[in-house]
Amino acid sequence: MKNALNRVIPGKVNGEPVVPYKGVGKYRPEGQKHAPKISTVTDYPADGDKRVPTLREALMRSGLRDGMTISTHHHFRNGDYLANMVFDIAGELGIKGLRWFPSASFPCHEHLIKYLRDGTIHHIEGSMNGPLGKFVSEGGMKGTGVLRSHGGRYQAIQDGEVKIDIAVIGAPTADPFGNANGLYGNSACGLLGFALADSQYADKVIVVTDNMVDFPCIPWQIQGNYVDYTVEIEKLGDPEKIISGTTRITRSPDRLLLAERTARFCDAAGILRDGFSFQSGAGGTSLAVGEYFRKFMKEKGIKARFARGGSNKYLVSMLEEGLVDYILDGQTFDLEGVRSMAENQNHVWTSPFTSYNHHGKGNFAGMVDVVVLGATEIDINFNANVVTHSDGYLLHGLGGWQNCLFSKTVILPVPLFRDRIPVIKDAVTTICGPGELIDVVVTERGIAVNPARQDLIDAVKGAGLPLKTIEELKAEAEKICGIPQKPQLDVDVVAVIKWVDGTVMDAVHRVRP
Amino acid sequence: MKKRATTGNHGEKIRSDCRISLELKDSGGLNITIESKVRSLYEHSIRSLMEEILQFYKIGNANVLLEDSGALPFALAARMETAIRKVSNTKREFLLSMDKDEPHLPDPDRFRISRLYLPGNNPSMMINAGIHQPDGVILDLEDSVLPEKKDEARILVRNALRALDFYGAEQMVRINQLPLGLEDASVVVPHQVDLLLIPKCEHDWQVKQVNEVVDSTLKGHGLERKVFLMPIIESALGVENAYKIATVSGNVVAMAIGLEDFSADIGVSRTEEGNESLYARMRVVNACKAAGIQPIDSVYSDVSNDEGLRKNVCQSKSLGFEGMGCIHPSQIRIIHEEFQPGEKEIGRARKIVEAFEAAKKEGTGVVSIGSKMIDAPVVKRAEQTLLLAKRFGK
Repeated sequence: MKNALNRVIPGKVNGEPVVPYKGVGKYRPEGQKHAPKISTVTDYPADGDKRVPTLREALMRSGLRDGMTISTHHHFRNGDYLANMVFDIAGELGIKGLRWFPSASFPCHEHLIKYLRDGTIHHIEGSMNGPLGKFVSEGGMKGTGVLRSHGGRYQAIQDGEVKIDIAVIGAPTADPFGNANGLYGNSACGLLGFALADSQYADKVIVVTDNMVDFPCIPWQIQGNYVDYTVEIEKLGDPEKIISGTTRITRSPDRLLLAERTARFCDAAGILRDGFSFQSGAGGTSLAVGEYFRKFMKEKGIKARFARGGSNKYLVSMLEEGLVDYILDGQTFDLEGVRSMAENQNHVWTSPFTSYNHHGKGNFAGMVDVVVLGATEIDINFNANVVTHSDGYLLHGLGGWQNCLFSKTVILPVPLFRDRIPVIKDAVTTICGPGELIDVVVTERGIAVNPARQDLIDAVKGAGLPLKTIEELKAEAEKICGIPQKPQLDVDVVAVIKWVDGTVMDAVHRVRP
Repeated sequence: MKKRATTGNHGEKIRSDCRISLELKDSGGLNITIESKVRSLYEHSIRSLMEEILQFYKIGNANVLLEDSGALPFALAARMETAIRKVSNTKREFLLSMDKDEPHLPDPDRFRISRLYLPGNNPSMMINAGIHQPDGVILDLEDSVLPEKKDEARILVRNALRALDFYGAEQMVRINQLPLGLEDASVVVPHQVDLLLIPKCEHDWQVKQVNEVVDSTLKGHGLERKVFLMPIIESALGVENAYKIATVSGNVVAMAIGLEDFSADIGVSRTEEGNESLYARMRVVNACKAAGIQPIDSVYSDVSNDEGLRKNVCQSKSLGFEGMGCIHPSQIRIIHEEFQPGEKEIGRARKIVEAFEAAKKEGTGVVSIGSKMIDAPVVKRAEQTLLLAKRFGK
């Protein structure tokens, strides 16, 4: 069937009927939120010590069996050992048909391809990055992948779209009761916000730590009252890969140019004013945008009320210099971010519930004045893709990208083309975000403002910025690169893209290698 | 004649380039294998371009292997042409149609404050060079190209000049030392070159030789456009002959100094302070000023040292240089920032020019501001300052 963006989507995904995307703000589900079972304290140790000797035992006591939904989290990013351990155990036990529900996957999870092959894992609902994405794109997975944004994941759990049987939460520090945080220990990652929904709604919750402390573990970013079992293991991950020692701003002159142009645009549009708020990611270009913000803010003598993280040493130094009052942080990207979150009260941890959940009584995303995001492709209606490449391969997750589109001004700084592959084109391979929410595309060869944002166009007039229409940018890309042919994609659907409200926005098709 | 040839570059870190292996056969038709990261998007157009080129050279039987990392057509065509030329005697040029805006007219007096060096056999660095808005881009055939790659670089540079938009930057080519440089000149000159840099220039006759090749090439192609020359002084002898070199032809619009080679030539190492080359630099500046052309300073080679560069530019400007080479786009902005006149300087210049205009109107011939008399060279410098200010949009 077709949805409101005219994209053909399957009527059922993994046997379940789906709701097609209806437009921004158009789908309003009714009814009650999902509720976990009632628990009774008499079933838990009176002394609060929920420790079991091994992860294997915790999984078995949780009733691990065929067809269950198992969730893990990406706080340890590419240094994560835990998800691989969980499925090694499931594989040993001969369990089949599991649904893996990670908040995101990383190249380190390539290890799990063998379990997708042998049927231990039926399908993944979460991002499929790098090698996993390639495997899924080529049709290797038994079921259909489902991609959700961070906020969409919270929404799906809360709405009962995904019922988690067992949540396995890796915690850099925890106590035997299950209180946990990400601030301390060898695997410190800052915060555990991505596991919040799982702790609240999963049937069984296992907290695994490599730094067990006596009760109480403070602060308790995850509350032990939600937790069934706690497990101590030697190592949750590779600290070097969990957090980079340092994040670095790009030295690429082309990316710096994009970053500076983005900051200049914000300045010209009047966005950089006292008390404003912003969010930019940890990618090279985004970091550089933040640094140009710093420069302009100092020159103008203004400060920001808050910045949304991914925090890193640059953002932390802005906080410490007084250029930013608060960091509302979703994840920390370097050691400075972890340190600051542990010691600075104004560096606050947030979760997909506070920041992004679409089925809540508001969220933070819409309060942000300007957000700077990436994209693999953008079409002439400003619809953008962030998960597939132009050859059809699914290689990235959605992260908080869709949720951030609700910010007051959304800017995508992108190169006009990457190694001959045009970024701006007639139609994108996969729509992840509707053009009506995307305001500005900044390229090295010109800036296109969405015609729906006449206010922005008027504001930056006369500022000496190279404004062009998106059609002009597309034509320029095609003149340089040539008009690309359409890649041959199969009719088979290997994954679907959910919008923030749980409706299906687009389908990802199988690639013939 | 060899039957096999390989051209271009391919590897983990190579982008926007390709490697072509060509083997001529006696029979069997064309057998083209395309391995490309953009295969699903451009296989058809890549294949038809390769077939068109093979047909142009009347090659009907060959094995071709293309290993491509997103090369644009100008680079693909250059690599293919070079491979064919290696296995046959042909001198024919396969030129893609020139689909770019009418280039600006060559202007001898335009500013040459920043000029960005681009290695002549590296297409990926050329593609975005113009967006950083240097006054000039230099497609380099000399030091940045390995001796065995000279032929393929020459063809790549020719194609780049025709295909790429440098967004108004003056299009320069640094040819090789003579006599190889003369061959370079004859190949690139018909294709929208604004200026040739002549490296390691020591004698005026070298400039003359290049000038003659330029003239005859332009005539041979029925072109009326001008190609300017910028000799680079890189030796003690070059310094001694600087004025002669600067004045040998009206096409010489600027002269540069190359300090790495100069320092080696006089047997010292180049220092941050540059005392060892002060005489040479002043001699070059003086020769240029006497000849009425632009003196251009050497590149600053520590790309990561922004502050060092800034100091260097300040010194350069104070000695009378009117521009500098860049080896990285990040240097362009710093050079522009330091070369552009400050608000005070502009204000003073404006006053002087206004006073001069007023005096001219009144026919007094004597210009003064307050009690200070202003003479002609001061007015000229003020006018120059205002032009420079305009260049930077001030």
